[in-house]
Amino acid sequence: MSAKTLGPVRRKFAPWDDPSSKPLIEIRQVTKNFGSFTAVDDVSLNIYEREFFALLGPSGCGKTTLMRMLAGFEEPSAGQIIIGGQDMAGIPPHKRPVNMMFQSYALFPHMNVEKNIAFGLEMDKLPKGEIAARVQEMLKLVKLEQFAHRKPHQLSGGQRQRVALARAIAKRPKVLLLDEPLGALDKKLREETQFELLDLQMQLGMTFVIVTHDQDEAMTMADRIAVMDKGQFVQISPPAELYEHPQTKYVADFIGDINLLEGRVTKNERGRITLDSDVTGGVIDVHADSSAGAGDKAWFALRPEKAAISLLPPNDPQTNCAHGTVWDIGYVGDISVYHVRLDQGGSMRASIANTSRVVERPITWEDKVYLTWTPDSGVVLTK
Amino acid sequence: MFARGNQRWIVTAIPYAWMLVFFLVPFLIVLKISFSSTEIAQPPYSPTFDLINDVWVDTLEKLQALQFDNYKRLFTDSIYVESYLSSLWIAGTSTLMMLFLAYPIAYGMARAPKSIRPTLVMMVILPFWTSFLIRIYAWISILSEEGLLNSLLVSLGIIDEPMQILSTNTAVYIGILYSYLPFMVLPLYSALEKMDDSLIEAAKDLGCTQFQAFWRVTFPLSIPGVIAGCFLVFIPAVGEFVIPDLLGGSETLMIGKTMWEEFFNNRDWPAASAVAVALLIVLMIPIVIFQSNEARQQEMR
Ligand SMILES: Nc1ncnc2c1ncn2[C@@H]1O[C@H](COP(=O)(O)OP(=O)(O)OP(=O)(O)O)[C@@H](O)[C@H]1O
Ligand SMILES: [Mg+2]
Repeated sequence: MSAKTLGPVRRKFAPWDDPSSKPLIEIRQVTKNFGSFTAVDDVSLNIYEREFFALLGPSGCGKTTLMRMLAGFEEPSAGQIIIGGQDMAGIPPHKRPVNMMFQSYALFPHMNVEKNIAFGLEMDKLPKGEIAARVQEMLKLVKLEQFAHRKPHQLSGGQRQRVALARAIAKRPKVLLLDEPLGALDKKLREETQFELLDLQMQLGMTFVIVTHDQDEAMTMADRIAVMDKGQFVQISPPAELYEHPQTKYVADFIGDINLLEGRVTKNERGRITLDSDVTGGVIDVHADSSAGAGDKAWFALRPEKAAISLLPPNDPQTNCAHGTVWDIGYVGDISVYHVRLDQGGSMRASIANTSRVVERPITWEDKVYLTWTPDSGVVLTK
Repeated sequence: MFARGNQRWIVTAIPYAWMLVFFLVPFLIVLKISFSSTEIAQPPYSPTFDLINDVWVDTLEKLQALQFDNYKRLFTDSIYVESYLSSLWIAGTSTLMMLFLAYPIAYGMARAPKSIRPTLVMMVILPFWTSFLIRIYAWISILSEEGLLNSLLVSLGIIDEPMQILSTNTAVYIGILYSYLPFMVLPLYSALEKMDDSLIEAAKDLGCTQFQAFWRVTFPLSIPGVIAGCFLVFIPAVGEFVIPDLLGGSETLMIGKTMWEEFFNNRDWPAASAVAVALLIVLMIPIVIFQSNEARQQEMR
């Protein structure tokens, strides 16, 4: 496989951990009210130069509203937005070093693809030759060379989306805001475009803020992800940390698949936690950081791929274990997900990688099985 | 019972039948009269050939009897050419003035909060609830020498003596601008109203000021509305009769008025018919442009 199809290699990049680095975008306690409705509720966030930042959250949680405040289409009801050291209050959109790709594309219907892409460059009064070259480059990037002279209404949804993307990138702004840039593309084209975007971002040193519904997209592309809910950030972390160390049930549930087992903390000694759970009918040992103290209600969160499934009980009776009956098996191609009805009435899921093309599975419907996991494979959440 | 195909056929046929009975037949009658010559008789023209009986008998003879004199006169008698040109000029300039007047109105309406837009549209078409003729008579009392406008201007001290507005071309312009305003505002409004706000935002995002965004995005996208509005005003204004007759004076030369005089004062039906046919031919070009604009808009959707 060529390096191209693997995509660019991401460098180690973590300016948010470095107190001396200066953020490019500072969002300080920003609130946006529409009448009595609060769309964005007192959020603070720093985004650093060359960062690829993703906003993830359910529909209506305020992602677009936050982007629109960055682009200058809405003024915050309270708080401050600073871009490149300059307070953006009262600065109109055309004077901000920011370009936005609209969720609705907002292509100019009276201009063809080429003209749409050239629009921002013409406003910047670039020389004609340079505009033409830049437009060609953009058309190539989004694979629309043959469509240069079509009007937007003659394009498919995915093609329109790519024109909108090309138009926003063409100006090479310091900050590019992308509101669901790849939602209408098929899987293969989306993955290709993702890599192209990453490539471009590294080449041009732009900062990307991207809104997406697709968590895989956020996971593969972003340096950091902010999970939003009801106008607030629930957690801001790099993808791996978000996945392995979710801070709340909401995040754990939102990102990927997870088992949440309710229980009561009986002991927490510097990360050595024991939990009594009615779901498994026993004690769960966890090695994880948590503020939960003895007596607190808490949830043990375990990713399905971290649970082992077996027909035999574990050798060591101290091992974390739950017993139940296989209720359903979901075949997803690369993995199979086993839904297990626990004896105590709850349920858990375990996923197994399908490493060989076995047709006969050793474990099948109605089998009595043991689910086991190591103490460091899950986390304890209190909210 | 009709088969489905039959029903569809009938539905399609209705508008054609309508056009045939109420447009084509009267037009053919006018056309026929225009090829006749004047008589002092009832009706006041000849030949009065009977389409049904005579057509086949001696078509050739009848064709020879056709009079092209009425059409020749349109070119030889300068009153007609002048009336046509003056009508086109008055209609053209008032259409242009109307555009400048109506665009800001339509733009403001389209920008107004969604909840009050229906009310604004209502207000634009409200004058239609009163007879056109009555409204023009009302303008007579506004524009006359002792009328509202003059007394207002005098009492404000802007002018010393009442001005002659009524019975001038100015009054005709005022009348046309007033009467046809909705025909310009509504198509402009409908073009501006359906425009997506995010287009303007995108333009600003890409570096346009409010003003540039207007010229590069809003205005080009409203051009179909501009074309529709201009023709909806221009076409009827060219043949306008009531306004020049009631508000205009002897200096006002418009083809509708000339035709009326030909018809009722001179009882020269053939000449009046020739004027009408010629007017239709003159308006054919703008009508065709208007139609093709509409067709293109349909396609874009
Ligand atoms: N102009 C407005 N007036 C009133 N309410 C608004 C306005 N714009 C957005 N909202 C409300 O603010 C909330 C957040 O909207 P926003 O568009 O930011 O959501 P989103 O996270 O982008 O959702 P999606 O993923 O569906 O695009 C929604 O409940 C929406 O109804
Ligand atoms: Mg949105």
